[in-house]
Amino acid sequence: MQFWLPTVFLVAIYRGQKSDAAMMRAIMLLALLVAPASCQREERDLTGSVPEKPAAGIEQSVLHPGDGNNPAPARSKYEETAFDVAEGKRLFQWFNCSGCHFNGGGGIGPALMDDKWFYGSSIENIVATIKEGRPNGMPSFKGLVPEKEVWQLAAYVRSVGGFVAKDVAPSRNDDLNAAPAENRAPTPSPFNGKGP
Amino acid sequence: MTRLRGKALLLAAVFLAGCAPYAVLEPQGQSAGSIAGLLHLFMWVCMVIWVAVVAALAYAALKRPTPAAGSPLQSAAEFDGKANWIVGSFVALTVAILAVLTLSSYLAGKTIADITGTETVTIHVTGYQWWWDVEYEDTRPDRTIYTANELHVPVGEAVKIKLDAGDVIHSIWVPSLFGKRDLIPGQHNELTFIAEKPGVYRGQCAEFCGFQHAHMGFTIVAEPRPAFDEWRREQLAQAAIPAALEQQQGRDVFLSRGCGLCHTVRGTDAGGRVAPDLTHVASRQTLAAGTLRMTMTDLARWISDPQAIKPGTKMPKADLDERELDAVVAYVGSLK
Ligand code: HEC
Ligand code: HEC
Ligand SMILES: [Cu+2]
Repeated sequence: MQFWLPTVFLVAIYRGQKSDAAMMRAIMLLALLVAPASCQREERDLTGSVPEKPAAGIEQSVLHPGDGNNPAPARSKYEETAFDVAEGKRLFQWFNCSGCHFNGGGGIGPALMDDKWFYGSSIENIVATIKEGRPNGMPSFKGLVPEKEVWQLAAYVRSVGGFVAKDVAPSRNDDLNAAPAENRAPTPSPFNGKGP
Repeated sequence: MTRLRGKALLLAAVFLAGCAPYAVLEPQGQSAGSIAGLLHLFMWVCMVIWVAVVAALAYAALKRPTPAAGSPLQSAAEFDGKANWIVGSFVALTVAILAVLTLSSYLAGKTIADITGTETVTIHVTGYQWWWDVEYEDTRPDRTIYTANELHVPVGEAVKIKLDAGDVIHSIWVPSLFGKRDLIPGQHNELTFIAEKPGVYRGQCAEFCGFQHAHMGFTIVAEPRPAFDEWRREQLAQAAIPAALEQQQGRDVFLSRGCGLCHTVRGTDAGGRVAPDLTHVASRQTLAAGTLRMTMTDLARWISDPQAIKPGTKMPKADLDERELDAVVAYVGSLK
């Protein structure tokens, strides 16, 4: 989609050099093609919990001394819909994650917007962190938060870290906020050189 | 043909009956009364004017043109005098009618505003997507009542509602009792009204606020002072201690499966402040902001899958098994 639209446009311009009428027709065609694309940004899933089964071996972090052949985790659908990330942002306040992690800058709990991940930065790792808890003070939310909402929270935590596409990450808050909006977070550069 | 007309009439009657709880034309409170009076005055005056204008127009359009005697310019001076007189008197009439309408609108506004400051009860209502948080203010903090989606007011007394919004703009409207007033984030609004007759009145959010705007209703129960005081006393109490075994199990499910992260049940560890207070939820007449009736079946439907009933609502579907679900429904249903 992203590639063939400009292609159509270029072809149109090329043809347009031959005749004005062809140019006009091509522009009309382009407008017709572009207009419906703006109608729907994404599909919102409003059904109840749809647990996403985590892949095997997700307890490993990037720092895990494994054989180094961990497959790159597939992107979860939750970090690809702005709606789910925004729901995660609301729940991050509602479930008082912000009480310990503040707005991602860290306080009682570690910062979630920096490049350091004790327990891994993949969405599966974060889901495991939320569900199981972590020994140095991260409480377990297993059973308290339904599966789907855990994934939405994890998707939001990823957006705080800058791992989520800018058109999906939440934009500016209505109220004052010390940190820049999630969709303006810098893209992280983990020190092992591998992308997230 | 007659059967068809009969059916059409029946259908119209059914639709009109649907209007009953929202009756603007059947005011039960002072503010709504003034507004309805104004509506009638404007309607009749404008109707008479409309009929007169249409009649004049029809007369002018249908009148046979009288053949002009001699040059049309001849009688210009005479005609001008007549026209001046006619136009002048209609301008005067228009000014007079507008003055009367303006004055009556001012007087209605004054009647509504005059009761401000005479209130005996102050209620703080905060609009959220898509429910109403309700707090009865009291000078003594231990006498403050927290509830949701249902207001009780004493009949014949002025009640002040303070309005705020927690997320987006909402608007409060109880057609039988008072006109609309917006709830705006960061802006504090107020309204004062008097319910003149006991009854149950339906209210509705009147400002589009997202997915479930249409399911953002509430009820106002107007009752005599003693009944109101009794209700107030009951609401102050902490949640009922579950008696039956299933209800006790339900309380454990409620506390251990995350309901308490969002909801408060006073007297238990559940202290969430982002969702309706459930301490006396079963004493309300409706469920989920006027969406369902308060019955055990509807309660079970709501808790088992709120997204099926109000898609997009901020209450998630809980991952509960059948036994946990039955227990938690039994517990919530016992919170009278
Ligand atoms: C009681 C305070 C507290 C609350 C509440 C809390 N956390 Fe934590 N969190 C911590 C602490 C402390 C750690 C560090 C744990 C460790 O190092 O073992 C942590 C770790 C984490 C990590 C791992 C960070 C890393 O570097 O790998 C994530 C992700 C996280 N929390 C997300 C959440 C989310 C989401 C919530 C809300 C559902 C939440 N936390 C609620 C205190 C808290
Ligand atoms: C993420 C926060 C959250 C959690 C967790 C949650 N709820 Fe809710 N609940 C809400 C919200 C928000 C509403 C208002 C929904 C609406 O009317 O649109 C609500 C409404 C209700 C209502 C109707 C209240 C009324 O005044 O009509 C009941 C009953 C209820 N929830 C029970 C439960 C039970 C039982 C659980 C645990 C299984 C639970 N809730 C878990 C947020 C939550
Ligand atoms: Cu609304």
